[in-house]
Amino acid sequence: MLRLALLLCLATLPLRAEEVVLGLSRDRVAITATFEGSDILIFGAVKREAPISEVPLGVVITVAGPSQPVQVRRKERRFGIWVNTDAVDLDAAPTFYAVATSGPFEQVLTNTEDLRHRVSIPRAIRSVGAASMAEDAERFTDALIRIRERTDAYQLLENAVALDEQTLFRTAISLPANLTEGAYKTRIFLTREGRVVSRFETVIDVRKVGLERWLFTLSRQQPLAYGLMSLAIAIAAGWGASAAFRALRRT
Amino acid sequence: MQIYLPIAEVSVNAFLLLGLGGFVGVLSGMFGVGGGFLMTPLLFFIGVPPPVAVATSANQIVASSISGVFAHFRRKTVDLRMGVVLLIGGLVGAALGVVLFNYLKSLGQVDLLVKLFYVVFLGIIGGIMFFESLRAIRQTRRGKPPKRKKHGWVHGLPLKMRFRTSGLYISVIPPVLVGLSVGILTAIMGVGGGFIMVPAMIYLLGMPTKVVVGTSLFQIIFVTAFTTLLHATTNFTVDVALAVLLLVGGVIGAQFGTSIGTRMKAEQLRILLAVMVLAVCGKLALDLLLQPSELYSIASGAGGH
Repeated sequence: MLRLALLLCLATLPLRAEEVVLGLSRDRVAITATFEGSDILIFGAVKREAPISEVPLGVVITVAGPSQPVQVRRKERRFGIWVNTDAVDLDAAPTFYAVATSGPFEQVLTNTEDLRHRVSIPRAIRSVGAASMAEDAERFTDALIRIRERTDAYQLLENAVALDEQTLFRTAISLPANLTEGAYKTRIFLTREGRVVSRFETVIDVRKVGLERWLFTLSRQQPLAYGLMSLAIAIAAGWGASAAFRALRRT
Repeated sequence: MQIYLPIAEVSVNAFLLLGLGGFVGVLSGMFGVGGGFLMTPLLFFIGVPPPVAVATSANQIVASSISGVFAHFRRKTVDLRMGVVLLIGGLVGAALGVVLFNYLKSLGQVDLLVKLFYVVFLGIIGGIMFFESLRAIRQTRRGKPPKRKKHGWVHGLPLKMRFRTSGLYISVIPPVLVGLSVGILTAIMGVGGGFIMVPAMIYLLGMPTKVVVGTSLFQIIFVTAFTTLLHATTNFTVDVALAVLLLVGGVIGAQFGTSIGTRMKAEQLRILLAVMVLAVCGKLALDLLLQPSELYSIASGAGGH
């Protein structure tokens, strides 16, 4: 922790010589009943007063869903059967996380800057107390990333940001259908020689709308009414089907 | 057609859910089981989070059981008095089960215990039913009338009551105990419990097979409705959109199931149910015995330690 704090103090803030002007194909994603995922186009330009530097520009774009605490469990063979033995609690892991870069990740961003801005997928997961819960806590974090990458919840998209004339950039991030509601923090970093020279932040709002919104709110605010409604639907459907079949058989 | 479930927060195929509901509904009508012991694991497979799957299948079982029980009412194959006695035991059992469940949760091994419960109970019951039915079928082939034990320890207990529909005059203690233990299992395993109650009614209480199905459906309706309300108010895990899709398939399936069930012989019905129970048991046992391809699993919202 001390080393991290020192690093933060030592890192001098770069001059704001270059700034991001951003556009989003949409800053709001509506989850409807037939939501099948969504593609978001993130594009922009670099505004600068000085002439373009000799050092090539790098662009890193991240989109992060709301963070939640997560417990990762591991199975082990005990008495012939596979049992959950060790568990590690991670303080906060984003439900969705995508990183798109304009080049290979190590070239665009140094390790130090990654640590500082929490850009790469492992860094985006906060696990302060994890090391004390198991000797090999990292393997639990790796497992979480592996499982979530399989469902496209975590994406590392190297070389996915197109950069023209060191000024115009664009990328497309595809949000999967299994989205959690919330504010999706979107960050754009401009880098030179792996160091962040400018950063820009905005938010994409992901919300349930219409019937989805109404049901969700009702279930949280009036759970008893919601429960009774679920039962009423079940009873009506059961009785209705029975009556319908009886009528069918009589004819 | 994909559909987004508001509480489960996943997107699934609507026709897959309809089909799943229909399949489980047919079984429910045929055997008088709620089908939760199949529905819940099947929902896990298509990616519904386990707490939502358990709570929602309870809601779905209410619908398919109601749909099935009307058909039985018309045929007068519901022993209402027995149903109420079982129900009293069942509600007490469900409350006790929730307490026990939370205790096991605090120990941190609730998943394993639920699975072991499944394997042990399904194994024992499936095995007994399978061999009993085989013997009964062989006896009827040889022309001997199937023997039914008329007097056992069940008949020596006090508080006797006449159950006219079942043609029984027995103590209320065994049915209350059956209801109670099924209620406990309902809360722990997240199922209607018909697959345990049906054999218990046949072999323990000596009820006629035809009455057993309708009566267990009657009891299951109320116990699962109670469970649904508990989940909706405490865990917020009942997904009404998921439930509607499952129950549309389920109620239609249950109607077909009931008419298939009445056309089959009791022994055949029982042997089929036994095979199904053993198949689910075998699958769960394999999961415990074989090395899983992914050793790690994610439980969202880290619980207490």
